Amino acid sequence: MSRSSVTGPDAFTGTTPDTALRTADAEQKGAMLAADGTPLKRSLNRALRAQKLRALALIAPLLLFVVITFIAPIADMLFRSVENQIVVETLPRTVATLDEWDGDGLPDDATFQALSVDLSVAAELKTHTRLGSRLNYENTGLSSLFRKSGRGVDEIGEGYLDQFVAVNPAWEDPLVWAELMGDPAWLAQAREADGAGPRFELAAGIDEILPRTADAYTAFADIVQTVDNDNPADEEPWAIVYQMLYLDLMDAPQIDGPPLLAEAAAAVPGFATFPAREGFAEIDDGWTDPATWRTIKTFSGPYTSGYFLTAADLRLTPDGIQREPEETRIYATLFGRTMFMSLTIMGCCILLGYPIAFLLSNLPMRTSNILLILVLLPFWTSLLVRTSAWKVLLQEQGVINDILVWIGLVSDGNRLALINNQAGTIIAMTHILLPFMILPLYSVMKTIPPSYMRAAKSLGATDWTAFWRVYFPQSVPGIGAGCILVFILSIGYYITPELVGGTTGTFISNRIAYHISQSLNWGLAAALGTILLAFVLALYWIYDRIVGIDNVSLG
Amino acid sequence: MLKARDDQHAFVAFERVQKSYDGENLVVKDLNLDIARGEFLTMLGPSGSGKTTCLMMLAGFETATHGEIRLDGREINNIPPHKRGIGMVFQNYALFPHMSVAENLSFPLEVRKIGKSDREAKIKRALDMVQMGDFAGRRPAQLSGGQQQRIALARALVFEPELVLMDEPLGALDKQLRETLQFEITNLAHQLGITTVYVTHDQTEALTMSDRVAVFDDGRIQQLAPPDELYEQPQNSFVAQFIGENNTLTGTVSKIDARTCVVRLDSGEEIDAVPVNVTEVGETTLISIRPERVEIDPQLGPNAHTLQAEVLEFIYMGDVFRTRLRVAGRDDFIVKTRNRADQVRLNPGQQVSIGWLPQDCRALDR
Repeated sequence: MSRSSVTGPDAFTGTTPDTALRTADAEQKGAMLAADGTPLKRSLNRALRAQKLRALALIAPLLLFVVITFIAPIADMLFRSVENQIVVETLPRTVATLDEWDGDGLPDDATFQALSVDLSVAAELKTHTRLGSRLNYENTGLSSLFRKSGRGVDEIGEGYLDQFVAVNPAWEDPLVWAELMGDPAWLAQAREADGAGPRFELAAGIDEILPRTADAYTAFADIVQTVDNDNPADEEPWAIVYQMLYLDLMDAPQIDGPPLLAEAAAAVPGFATFPAREGFAEIDDGWTDPATWRTIKTFSGPYTSGYFLTAADLRLTPDGIQREPEETRIYATLFGRTMFMSLTIMGCCILLGYPIAFLLSNLPMRTSNILLILVLLPFWTSLLVRTSAWKVLLQEQGVINDILVWIGLVSDGNRLALINNQAGTIIAMTHILLPFMILPLYSVMKTIPPSYMRAAKSLGATDWTAFWRVYFPQSVPGIGAGCILVFILSIGYYITPELVGGTTGTFISNRIAYHISQSLNWGLAAALGTILLAFVLALYWIYDRIVGIDNVSLG
Repeated sequence: MLKARDDQHAFVAFERVQKSYDGENLVVKDLNLDIARGEFLTMLGPSGSGKTTCLMMLAGFETATHGEIRLDGREINNIPPHKRGIGMVFQNYALFPHMSVAENLSFPLEVRKIGKSDREAKIKRALDMVQMGDFAGRRPAQLSGGQQQRIALARALVFEPELVLMDEPLGALDKQLRETLQFEITNLAHQLGITTVYVTHDQTEALTMSDRVAVFDDGRIQQLAPPDELYEQPQNSFVAQFIGENNTLTGTVSKIDARTCVVRLDSGEEIDAVPVNVTEVGETTLISIRPERVEIDPQLGPNAHTLQAEVLEFIYMGDVFRTRLRVAGRDDFIVKTRNRADQVRLNPGQQVSIGWLPQDCRALDR
């Protein structure tokens, strides 16, 4: 035969008319041009544009569906793991004053005063209990503290109310307050209106003379109008408004206002004092514990790493990140157990699935079809039924233990604990996930021609060598696909461990479910979910680095 | 036919071998075949004729239902394939896709525990033998079909087997490449002195490559002969029709002696023929004449037969003309004539006389 070049006996490396033309073209102009002189790349893009648009239109419904129902909720869920707006939204004034607190001892009275306004608003809006639940995750006991304080906050400042009324009973009249604090134009409209009336507006300059009173009264007017749907001009202000008035009058050097106010200003120095701090202390001791305030300050930011730290058995304290006490460290154990058990289940699936897949792919069509149906049979029964069946089989007085006792392998007094522990979860989940290992293995093995094994044997390899060196490497993509499927499914499995896992055989997903549906700590559930997701992605990445993701085949 | 070197026994022997897959039908019926050392034997036949089954039994991938297979005097029926030491080339090459060319070739040497330096020398020699020395580092997927088949060949030869089996190794290649490789394979086989059993359904391949050809049909060897004998002296109508192009005429034997017979064609003419497997007067027979042995406007001398024929079709094929004629009532009679400068081109409808020599005309079974 003629050998035209060193590249190979069957290679053809001469110049064809086509290649000659192309080379000449490229040499002349540098970039390739289409017949009309536009660059070839651009005209190719234009020619393919319609196709690309059509392809996009075809996938658009699915894409939209996935984005709306899948990606957006997941993004929202992930966001919840760091979101912490609730503190600053519920206690805006308190958070602002806490900024200046150094964390030693108790904060100053101004903070307690701010808290009394915030809590009054929150109690009316009923948001204080939600905040209590949120802070309770970080410091147990805060939930009841907030619930109690929500009920008791309206008593703070009552001492001042009584004293102001003693000075002049006019202080009890809602209209007097409305005239004092409200803009005259607003008041004129409000007095004629039914129900809530127009939105409250402060009188000009009043917030300079009586800043705290103005703030508290505005908050009060706002709540009266929006929550109770009443007119501020007909409602007696909260007791804390009197407290604020007292504080403002005490601080103001000289009052330049209506006679009523001047009269009160003259009387306040003789008032008995009821500091807000003492009012709160009376409601609950919790407020005199600096730890309460430190928790509020630590978690006052709009975003928090608290959930993630909790998920990692850590705790954010004012002194920095600390480990949880020994007895409450559960998440590291749970993550470790989830990993270990998923790997064990995966290993069991390989051990049980590989021979079956091998058999399936090497049997004649008819036999292998029957076998394949048997493999798929579990898919036709409900997951719950299958798992419950395992309960029946595995329990101490169950079928398997009975048989073992009958054979004599275990004594009657020593029945094996096969359920409500790790063994139960591993057995039941291996059974449930086995098809996910067998199917990709089978589809890959089906594509390995029997002639490879024959060739290996004809070359002198024993059955085992032929299998291990020729067949097995070619089935690795199937093992890879099966492992990824089984591992990822099992790492997030929930129902089966819940039913047969007892306390030692549950997964991290059971904990997530608990936080979603029972403790309602969605932030922690989201953080746990995020960590799990990151885990899976990391493992996927490692797998890609070691085995190569193009070595995964579903057939 | 080549003789076995020591004349005591054939190198490969099938003795009364039968094979059935389902216990009801025999795929191979009573196979007896001796292959001499160094011989290139081809098993030729249509698909389902049992030729591949025979090869697989020899390789050890199928067990014989009955009978004995011997290799170099030793019965091998119960020896597993990896202990038979037979090289094999597969139709789909069966190169291990996860190994490089060199690793593929190294595989049979490694399982034989041959040392590294020895292995490398042998691999290099085998690759050079098939002119693929530069491809040791490539993966099979990076090679063309022809290149892959060369590697498969090198892999079957690298451990120096005495017997190499090839199962339609060139079936997937294009015509030109096939011809080149046919030539190379036969050359290599003869150079190395290895015994080759080659399975194909391509009769041209069988004729050009083999020392002997075994024509299989219906689980039996229909004829075992060197290529020329096979073509020119087919023993039965299956071989006559399977090998090359063939004209057939039907008739009954009207006179017969040892060397010649007279056959009365269905259309009434009587012609002389060589009796091959007809023995009695009155037997129906199939007359076989090769298209290139027929002449148009014959000048063959007094012994020749001549018949009148009508031209139905005239096909120009380059080196030859192929003329389809109506002869003795049949309209599928083909005559091939060489494209000579003075050759007349015929037109459909033209009446011509055709003729042939009696020895080219064989009376076969029907």
